[in-house]
Amino acid sequence: MRYNNHVNRKTNQSHNPILLTVEDLHVYFSIREGWLSRQRATVKAVNGVNLSLQQGDVFGLVGESGCGKTTLGRAIVGLSPVSHGQILLKGRSIVGLTGQDAHERARQVQLIFQDPYSSLHPRKTVCDLVGVGLKLHGLANGYEIDEQVLAMLKRVGFNIDHLYRYAHEFSGGQRQRISLARALILRPKLLILDEPTSALDVSVQAQILNLLKEIRQEFNLTFLFISHDLGVIRYMSNRIGVMYLGHLVETGATSDVFEHPQHPYTQVLLSSLPSIDPDTPSNRTLLEGDPPTPIDPPPGCPFAQRCPGVKPICREQAPELIHHGNSPDHFTACHFPHVD
Amino acid sequence: MNTETQIDKRLARNQRWKARQRYFKDSYTLWRRNHLMVVGTTIIILLLLIALSAPLLATHNPLDQILSDRLLPPTWEHFFGTDSLGRDIFSRVVHGARVTLTIALLVALISTPVGLIIGVLAGYFGGAVDEILMRLSDVFLAFPKLILAIAFAAALGPGVENAIIAIAVANWPSYARLARAETLAVRDNDYIQVIRSMGASNLRIMVGHITPMCLSSIIVRLSLDMGTIILTAAGLGFLGLGAQPPTPEWGLMVSDGRLYLVDQWWVSTLPGFAILIVVMGFNLMGDGIRDILDPHQRQS
Amino acid sequence: MLLKDTPVTTDKLLSVQDLRVHFHTLRGIVHALEGVSFHLNRQETLGLAGETGCGKSVTARSVLRLIDPPGRIVSGRIIFEDRDILTLDDTAVRAIRGGEISMIMQEPKMSLNPVIRVGDQVAEALLIHDTSLNRSSARTQAEEMLTQMGIPEAHRTSRRYPHELSGGMAQRIMIAMMLVTRPKLLIADEPTSALDVTIQAQILALMDKLVQDIRTSVLMITHDLGVMAETCDRVAVMYAGNIVEMGAVRSVLKDPQHPYTQGLLKTVPDKANPDHPLYAIKGNVPSLLQPQNHCRFSDRCEYAMARCSREIPPVYQMTDDHEAACFLHDGQSISSGGKQVDLMNP
Repeated sequence: MRYNNHVNRKTNQSHNPILLTVEDLHVYFSIREGWLSRQRATVKAVNGVNLSLQQGDVFGLVGESGCGKTTLGRAIVGLSPVSHGQILLKGRSIVGLTGQDAHERARQVQLIFQDPYSSLHPRKTVCDLVGVGLKLHGLANGYEIDEQVLAMLKRVGFNIDHLYRYAHEFSGGQRQRISLARALILRPKLLILDEPTSALDVSVQAQILNLLKEIRQEFNLTFLFISHDLGVIRYMSNRIGVMYLGHLVETGATSDVFEHPQHPYTQVLLSSLPSIDPDTPSNRTLLEGDPPTPIDPPPGCPFAQRCPGVKPICREQAPELIHHGNSPDHFTACHFPHVD
Repeated sequence: MNTETQIDKRLARNQRWKARQRYFKDSYTLWRRNHLMVVGTTIIILLLLIALSAPLLATHNPLDQILSDRLLPPTWEHFFGTDSLGRDIFSRVVHGARVTLTIALLVALISTPVGLIIGVLAGYFGGAVDEILMRLSDVFLAFPKLILAIAFAAALGPGVENAIIAIAVANWPSYARLARAETLAVRDNDYIQVIRSMGASNLRIMVGHITPMCLSSIIVRLSLDMGTIILTAAGLGFLGLGAQPPTPEWGLMVSDGRLYLVDQWWVSTLPGFAILIVVMGFNLMGDGIRDILDPHQRQS
Repeated sequence: MLLKDTPVTTDKLLSVQDLRVHFHTLRGIVHALEGVSFHLNRQETLGLAGETGCGKSVTARSVLRLIDPPGRIVSGRIIFEDRDILTLDDTAVRAIRGGEISMIMQEPKMSLNPVIRVGDQVAEALLIHDTSLNRSSARTQAEEMLTQMGIPEAHRTSRRYPHELSGGMAQRIMIAMMLVTRPKLLIADEPTSALDVTIQAQILALMDKLVQDIRTSVLMITHDLGVMAETCDRVAVMYAGNIVEMGAVRSVLKDPQHPYTQGLLKTVPDKANPDHPLYAIKGNVPSLLQPQNHCRFSDRCEYAMARCSREIPPVYQMTDDHEAACFLHDGQSISSGGKQVDLMNP
């Protein structure tokens, strides 16, 4: 069974309604190759991704830098150009929106950025930063803004002392809370979190992750949680997708993917994670070389160049994301998946 | 509920005030740390005070010609001596501060907004808009500022107003360049992306979020340029294209005295000194402003 | 300079004693290091763990005397072999930097000069410390080093510029540059934090091999406890300018004795149960503007006692190689720390 059909079938019967569907999404950028040359190359940052999020899901998107996970997140909020494919929010397309429609999407989908230092305008007070959404969408005026901002700030752990401070007076973790308040004040349905804790220390990370879990319950949110940190992903999400070179190579329930990884890349990824337990034997598979660039990638399986179990067919034919194994939700794009 | 927000309001006002106080206190500390900046600002404040209270400070009427008192050296009666028409140079320098400041401020008020708007537009939209606006500014940048100002002043005819316009026309392209560079650096920052993803319009992003980031470098550049503006104004005055006699303009005064430079040095030298000190004051201040406006300075 | 007279027979390579570093800032004096003492044996890897601002990087930079104003090393001793780095003259310190002690930074691309070919940068490192070498033989040695690093086509890669390389490759070049002089001590400041996990695994394996080959000691600075568990022999956990716990890696990670270390290990989400909130250390890192006069962790500590907010806890010795600065261990013998190292017998 292919993933698309699976998604479509699910819409009809399953428990929670589908909130977001990404269908065959391609995001290409063209870049100039070399200076002087007018020749352009195509970066296929996202190269045919399908996924669907049910209401209340925390969908973890893992992968290494350059795999397209950030671009995917940005495409959903309209910051990356969609070359081909569809993004549906509650069944309505949100690709290429402008004007009032873009405004409406902004109220439903919000993005939290990775770098807490560059995501807050350095010349604005917290009140201005968090209240900007209210102002933009005409939801409040004058002191109402300050009051609503304060209420939201209190929810993420600040008080009135912090209301008129500038961003430079805050630490990384505090800044991430401010970003969160800024996103939440519009009461979105879907929050895209792009590596929200990777710039933070572990003890601060724990506070933020807990806060995110609480807030998800409280505001009835759906998360698309993008991270390279497998530990964080495992803790936060109920379903995950593994990306490699613009492709979704494996997706399924978190426990299935972590306990029975089927794709060789997922297996390598899981074995690469250093364990804090000195007694855990490290039986890691070392990959040869660096990830290839997404500039004009070769045909066939994206992982073929580095795969330890590569076969001739892998270099010719790209595998489709199809169902393998026992769990109904577990899909892998591999010709020779590891199924036990 | 009602009383709660009432208290909030008062508290909020209090907090806002405190935040502002903290900001100014930090600015003051940064200012105090930079000794040259203190000197620069002192000079500029003195210049402002002198310009404001010129009629009180002046010992004579700057326009009164007493031909019997021509070319007197500095004495207690005439602090800076008198010029070839017997006018008191001290009084003329003091009144000249007004003229000089007016020219400098008006040039700043005309050229920076023009440069800022053009630069931000070019940087934000890029592509054809960028090409057209920047090629236009290249045409202006191809000539030395003084030559350009002379050409425009000559075309517009002599006079203070025309000199101001001429200098402003010669100056805006450098601000446009600067604003464009800053915009390019800021445009792709996450905080601009955030506001875009929230549905803000281009105009709003440019005015509310990009322009404030360009302002600090423009202000720094402007204060460093103030010297050149004053010198250009003086140069135009010297060539007879700027302020017209008998206006007490510093450049004009230097020009008037050039015939007597050997025997009556004070006629040119003392107004020249005034130019020197003011230009230095602006330059010293400009360097320091950069440090104060940089948010990163406040982190440490 | 006490050590000049006594023959050096210990296997200690580096001994840092009561190091204090202050930074003069807009808000006052930041007491970044408040008496840090530790030692590093030959051919040992010591990990410095801790969160942003705890002083681990400042400690590392102090070892090379790379503290720039507004920072200042106020007091302490840094004994490298038999020399106190803090009292050496500048020429002697420069000879040590890059020659006997090398440092790898977090961002490989930012640590390489963008306009010089990477092979030449590695060769340059050799030339600085060995004036007898000529340029072409330095280049050859550099290429050999790159081959040893497992860099494919070393000759061609050495002709490339940093921007043409991936992050992992750039970090290999950086490591080659730092190890080509066969330093006695390698300081690695978060060497893999900017890299992906699969690349991190490659780099760590490579570093491990090279460190064995060259027999160098490593001071490994990282916030990643997993990396620490895999690479270090001993670890020191830092908090707010102090080393709060130090010992063999297994003993510290398996049986942490300081509440901060315990908390830190519990906050790692890797093995946590997703149905429960993560353990989080309450509160925030304290301001370092006040000189230390009590346990700086006391405000956040679950076990805080009255004396914790009044006195600075001494370092208690739990076992031969495990010590912690916490009053919970009052009654144990108080460690001599590094302070009397010069009196110790071999």
